[in-house]
Amino acid sequence: MSRLAMELPGLQLKNPIMPASGCFGFGKEFGGLYDLSQLGAIMIKATTEETRYGNPTPRVAETASGMLNAIGLQNPGLEKVMAEELPWLERYDVPIIANVAGSETADYVAVAKAISTAPNVHALELNISCPNVKCGGIQFGTDPDTARELTAAVKAVSSVPVYVKLSPNVTSIVDMAKAVEAGGADGITMINTLIGMRLDAKTGRPIIANRTGGLSGPAVKPVAIRMVAEVSQATNLPIIGMGGVTNAQDVVDFLSVGASAVAVGTANFVDPFVCPNIINSLEEKLDELGVDHISELIGRSHRL
Amino acid sequence: MIIQDRMEIVEHKQIARAIFELTLRGKLTGEITSPGQFVHVRVSDSLDPLLRRPISIAKVDRDKQEITLLYRADGHGTGVLSKRITGDTVDVLGPLGNGFPIEATEAGETAYLIGGGIGVPPLYELSRQLTAKGVKCVHILGFESEDVVFYQEQFESLGDTHIATVDGTEGTKGFVTHVMDNLPTDFATFYTCGPMPMLKAVQQAYADKKGYVSFEERMGCGIGACFACVCETKDQSERSYVKICSDGPVFEAGVVSI
Repeated sequence: MSRLAMELPGLQLKNPIMPASGCFGFGKEFGGLYDLSQLGAIMIKATTEETRYGNPTPRVAETASGMLNAIGLQNPGLEKVMAEELPWLERYDVPIIANVAGSETADYVAVAKAISTAPNVHALELNISCPNVKCGGIQFGTDPDTARELTAAVKAVSSVPVYVKLSPNVTSIVDMAKAVEAGGADGITMINTLIGMRLDAKTGRPIIANRTGGLSGPAVKPVAIRMVAEVSQATNLPIIGMGGVTNAQDVVDFLSVGASAVAVGTANFVDPFVCPNIINSLEEKLDELGVDHISELIGRSHRL
Repeated sequence: MIIQDRMEIVEHKQIARAIFELTLRGKLTGEITSPGQFVHVRVSDSLDPLLRRPISIAKVDRDKQEITLLYRADGHGTGVLSKRITGDTVDVLGPLGNGFPIEATEAGETAYLIGGGIGVPPLYELSRQLTAKGVKCVHILGFESEDVVFYQEQFESLGDTHIATVDGTEGTKGFVTHVMDNLPTDFATFYTCGPMPMLKAVQQAYADKKGYVSFEERMGCGIGACFACVCETKDQSERSYVKICSDGPVFEAGVVSI
């Protein structure tokens, strides 16, 4: 067995590395650069029931070792994703994790029910944590009761395991994790972006048209690591960790605090080859650490 | 094909106030297909600044495997880039986007190349290729003031060149549109790149002409994946938006809503 293979609910991963939702589109752009079958999985861009145009521009602003974005869940809508994007991805031997978004429970349920039947969708990622849309998204991600109910509603209709993507913009992420676990979630993905704002030096006004945006990149990694450490000790759910991952050491860090797999987000914008580069450097990292299989690293931080 | 190349800095010098000319050597040069394409430059190998900087290609020398970039160092990232020295290597992703169609103008016809500020650079390679093909190029270039004018002689060597400066310290006082007002309109095609108000004015003035417009927008990835640089289209029936980085940056006049 490969030293990097990992098994999670619904997912047989060749390796625990996958591009994070919203940072990889539906794979086409990266498919022109390398063979996507190398990836452990792909988290596709959030899909909503209807087509969404997204927010006005500017939608991104760079910050120290990070960036703010307020794209606004732009996507072609469920019908097109089912008819065009997912079938296109079938050419690759890679499981797809479909990120599901909506404004109310009925939207989430409708998208989850349909998209979970696509042959290459092996799991759902319930997006209750997008900070950049006016209704839906974040509300579901900040109130534990609402999150539990939504998780249960989606679980009831999904043909594949459901992971819930948690927002860091809460008082207690552990309470949120426990709530979605109680709602029947099969796993957790974390963290989404941290809400932030950057001002234009001349005008003093926010650069991003949406005023606020989600902070991502290496700047948020310590926050993500802390939160994964807390959640992994408070629930029994497997965690796909993310937040500022740019290299193999970052992957080791997330696994050490209890994640079972790791998603790479913003780094795809900096270096489109970052995912295969990390995958190719992982075995050397295991040698360095004197570890046979990558799963041995999971939660080692708690064992000390 | 888009490749990632560690290009060597062959020459790097300041040519006007805050304007730098950077010549890079590498195999990426061979992948360039049209003038107006751009590269995505990582200004340093550190995590700050994190994102790449989209910079248009001002000149391509296939024999030497060299490209020339002209950029304005007016921010953190370009400031860091401006300090990189000859012999250093820079992480460059490209070529990106779709450039200006030189086939849109026939040999013997006249093309107007209209640029503003840091939108001027891609017009240089465009003019080199058009003139080589036998197109008569007329350059109308706008700048803030005399101290930020660049490549005037290079453009003059290729064809008629009219300079406008906002403060009148060089050429016509005012904007490129003031120059355009006094030029004949018997040309075949216009190509333009510059700030949005200029693009709008040019497109309005030459509404009945065939033209190509290069846009600029804050970008994330540069390859069409992040949806940061989308713009609405004028005709919403066909498609409602375009991505400047991968569908553009050059569009036929009238396609993008401005």
